[in-house]
Parts: sequence; C-alpha cells; structure tokens
Amino acid sequence: MRMSDFVVREAIVPELPATNKEGVIRAMVESLRAAGQFRGADVEDIIRAILKREFLGSTGIGRGVAIPHTKHNSVERLIGTIAISHKGIAFDSLDGEPVYVFVLLISPQDRPGDHLRALENVSRSLRDDNFVRALRGATTREEIIALLDRAEH
Amino acid sequence: MNGAPLLQKVVITNPQGFHMRPMAAFAQLASRFKSSVKVSREGQSVNGKSILDLMLLAATQGTELTLEVAGPDAQDALDALVKLLKSPPPEEEVSEASLED
Repeated sequence: MRMSDFVVREAIVPELPATNKEGVIRAMVESLRAAGQFRGADVEDIIRAILKREFLGSTGIGRGVAIPHTKHNSVERLIGTIAISHKGIAFDSLDGEPVYVFVLLISPQDRPGDHLRALENVSRSLRDDNFVRALRGATTREEIIALLDRAEH
Repeated sequence: MNGAPLLQKVVITNPQGFHMRPMAAFAQLASRFKSSVKVSREGQSVNGKSILDLMLLAATQGTELTLEVAGPDAQDALDALVKLLKSPPPEEEVSEASLED
C-alpha cells in the first residue's frame, strides 16, 4: 500500500481555513464528501466519531503532524486526505506544538490491518523532514500531489 | 547496571492490533525511562520511544514483537512495557467499536 492508494487527490486541502481542531476535521471530512466518497448524511456522524477518538487522546504525534482517524461503515475501503495549515493549529499534540500537516483516515469497520498498513505508509513519508517541510510550504493541491508522487519512487 | 540488553517477546492480542492509541501510550511510557527501548518485528527494529517509528511495525493481532531494553533501569522499563502491551484494550475502546457498528 502506498499513500497515493488511499489519499483522495480531489479531497486534498492545501490551505486550511480552520483555526481549531473541530474546524480542521470538519473541513477535511467535507472535502472527502465533496469528492463523492460518502453521502452528505454521513458527514456529521463521521466528524463526531473522529472527534470522539481525539477526545481519548490526541492524534497529534509531534513534529507538526496529526493523523485524525476513525472507523466508519460509510466507506468500503480505506480512504484518506491531506490538509495543510500554514499558520499551525493547536491540536493538543503530544509535544504541545501546533500542527501544520494533517493526514485524515477513514477505514471500514472490519479491516484493522489496512488501517495499520496505512499508518506504516504515512510514517514512511512523514519521517522524511524534507518531505514534511515541502508539504508545509505547498500552497496548491497540484503541488501536494506532485510531492506525494515524487516521494514514492 | 549497564549490562547486556534485556529481551522479551510479546504477541499482540488486541483485535485492532498495535494501533495508534497503544503506540502513543507505549512511546510515552518508554520515554520515562533512561534505558533505550527497541521494538522489532521480523528483523525490523525501531525506536520504542517514537510513535512515528512504532507506526512502521504495522503489527496486527497475533504479531510477535521483540522488546530490547538496555540501560540503568532496563528491568523496570521492560516490566512496565510488557505489562502495557499485555493489558486488555480499555473499556472505551470496546464501547467505541460497538457504537460505530
């Protein structure tokens, strides 16, 4: 599995308008919905599930990165999107620092292995400081897609 | 006591595998000790104090991980980390899964 296998390109958010955790998650879930990944009726339930998971412990893992996620039966395969905040957003991260790069994942109920492999893949990309720096500097969807493609050769 | 590293194998029993919440708990607990903590799976070895590293393991239920701890508080660290890995999933995780069904 590679990041481009599950990141929905049309749903990438290059410039988050959000200023808080709920706003980030709402913008990313709405963007996946706009890309046709699930019905509008599922949006609020998905947002609630992701926020509930955040309440149990932030997915802000440090180094300016967060990976909000949930399982939800509105998807038949694991999907994800990427969003960038150039200002940085307080996300209760484990290192207390603001988050600039968000990778949101929604996986089917019964596929924990897919979720773990997606995390592995996200880690392979995000452990590269140059890649994260380039993502943080990107301002368009096309730039982010190009970075993703280049990172996976 | 800076002797040979202590090793212990642990099999992941959580049906969700070694996922992000237990990884965060593991990395935070490991970071409280002076000893180095390595976690390996089939020869791939990662830093147990880093969530980003632990994510590389992608350890599903039934996966065998090997903990390797070295340093002045190695035995305490190993005992605490093994206990954490072997503890059942928290109640909220079980109820969370059922809520989402």
